[in-house]
Amino acid sequence: MSRADLPRAGASHVEPARGEPAGGEPAGGRDVPARRPGPLWSLGLFRSELVLTFRRWRTLALLAVLAGIPLLVGIAVRIETGGDGTADGGGGEGPAFIGQITNNGLFLVFTALAATLPFFLPMTVGVVAGDAIAGEAGAGTLRYLLVAPAGRTRLLLAKFTAVVVFCLAATLTVAVSALVVGVLLFPVGEVTLLSGTTVSFAEGLVRALAIAVAVAVSLVGLAALGLFVSTLTNSGVAAMATTVGLLIAVQILGAIPQLDAVHPYLFPHHWMSFADLLRDPVYWEDLLDNLGLQGLYAAVFGTAAWARFTNRDITV
Amino acid sequence: MQPPPVRDTVVETRGLTKRYRGGRPAVADLDLSVPRGSVFGFLGPNGSGKTTTIRMLLGLIEPSGGGVRMLGEPMPDAARRVLPRVGALIEGPALYGFLSGRDNLARFDAADPTADPRTRAARVGRALERVGLTAAAGKRARTYSLGMKQRLGLAAALLQPRDLLVLDEPTNGLDPQGMREIRALVRELADDGTTVFLSSHLLDEVEQVCTHAAVMARGRLLTQGPVAELAAGAHGRLVVTTPDSADAVRVLKEWGVTDLTVDGDRVTGEVPTVDPPDPADLNAALVRSGVRVRAFGTERVSLEDAFVALTGEGFDVAG
Ligand SMILES: Nc1ncnc2c1ncn2[C@@H]1O[C@H](COP(=O)(O)OP(=O)(O)O)[C@@H](O)[C@H]1O
Ligand SMILES: [Mg+2]
Repeated sequence: MSRADLPRAGASHVEPARGEPAGGEPAGGRDVPARRPGPLWSLGLFRSELVLTFRRWRTLALLAVLAGIPLLVGIAVRIETGGDGTADGGGGEGPAFIGQITNNGLFLVFTALAATLPFFLPMTVGVVAGDAIAGEAGAGTLRYLLVAPAGRTRLLLAKFTAVVVFCLAATLTVAVSALVVGVLLFPVGEVTLLSGTTVSFAEGLVRALAIAVAVAVSLVGLAALGLFVSTLTNSGVAAMATTVGLLIAVQILGAIPQLDAVHPYLFPHHWMSFADLLRDPVYWEDLLDNLGLQGLYAAVFGTAAWARFTNRDITV
Repeated sequence: MQPPPVRDTVVETRGLTKRYRGGRPAVADLDLSVPRGSVFGFLGPNGSGKTTTIRMLLGLIEPSGGGVRMLGEPMPDAARRVLPRVGALIEGPALYGFLSGRDNLARFDAADPTADPRTRAARVGRALERVGLTAAAGKRARTYSLGMKQRLGLAAALLQPRDLLVLDEPTNGLDPQGMREIRALVRELADDGTTVFLSSHLLDEVEQVCTHAAVMARGRLLTQGPVAELAAGAHGRLVVTTPDSADAVRVLKEWGVTDLTVDGDRVTGEVPTVDPPDPADLNAALVRSGVRVRAFGTERVSLEDAFVALTGEGFDVAG
């Protein structure tokens, strides 16, 4: 097969016909015309990154575990209450949603999010974020992406985007699974908010969606931290373990009352603020503080990751 | 934006140096010059700095000193313009084991912002065909043999028409059949006019495939140039086969041949490098003096002899 049979892309890629070399070309050489990027073509990497993330069996396994948690909680509550009657205030996690589940299956969504947010949800984010760059480095595919050339900044942005999308997907997995289990195992209907007001089931659903988004946003700071850790090593496993280790350490620090001076700067500090979306009117202050803190973490560790990754020798 | 001017030199390094963590330089003061259209063998034993050089060429690691120009532009500053025109295989293939061969190529193609997504599938298909992997394109890359992985890596380097292919030990670890396949592919590509920069620790590979070569040892460039000239640098010994060896030695000495040794009916010696006599005249002189010549010629000089002449040591001695 001759070179002329090689794929040629688009009108802007047409090779000069053979025998018509570009001006001044010495014998034995051939000039490939410079290709110019299309305005939207560089989004291809973002799409590729998303597809890759959700095709990894590891990602799917994490999502499966997250989907299973509401099922376990739902069955446990169902068994505990014998299928009817009202259990009250048994929830140790955050606001006492758990007692409401038997009245309204929608509360399983809030309960499941409150139960997974301290550890399970962020752990999955730590795994995906930690693996983002380090995993590609360890597999050696990083060097091929970079000579493609993906561009270090663009690749990092694509990775961060994929991790943030995973945050949302993970949260929605918990929420949707909880909703399905809640509807199947428990009655549903009007929702009594934390402030005592009653709203329709439809509005309850909207608030549940808003809560899922708020929880996903809560994970962005950790996503940036994990991505930074991921630029430090060539071992995906080491980066995942470090990120999850940091998560545990921060959660422990957050539980030590003597350290309350540093608590406002720890990324999980405002995580439970999502419950404020169940007040009428919504109590925004803590939610916005959370948004600000996550933004700060994203900016600081995003910049650190960028500084590190764009200056680093790729020796694997 | 006009493409950069066509140059005769595709890769040019000046004083290129790399020191990992301050130790002994892995590459020191390297001045390479790869002519356009050549198949350039980058030869050196393991650890001589070939991969380090290639990583610097491609902007993967930062030189500790010196600079690189590829396709006439400075690297890594012009990486976004230069790298889409360069295909590379660096220290063996690296693939996503859970993706099919086809999806692996689509992934690397998507990483190139100059690749039109509308024609991606066609490009991937052609590249697979080119390396003979069409039949296995749907299988997970994890199930590929090393030779197939290497060919898939080559396919990724061939997704677009390239000005330059940088292949780092592309036959490493392959069985003889795999080696032949890859070498045949490299020759084909070179015949189409693509400049190929091929690193290797195998002398015979460079001799078989390359038009030009640079020889590295311990991070330093020993020599570079057309393969024929490098071999000629360590010029061959004169070999005369004759039953009249004593007479032959006498005559050859008169003609300035030195270092004469006799081994049975084989007389060998060094022809002077300055003002060398025409072998035809030498042969005529032998016959005139009554020496019965059975065979007359110059030993073919291999690149290995050239290497030994340059380093004073065998090629397998690692740096
Ligand atoms: N990442 C690294 N860190 C430290 N030293 C390295 C690294 N990579 C290579 N070296 C050293 O640099 C030298 C050249 O290595 P390399 O470029 O891989 O040689 P080659 O490709 O010719 O076998 C060797 O001595 C090797 O040990
Ligand atoms: Mg090497």
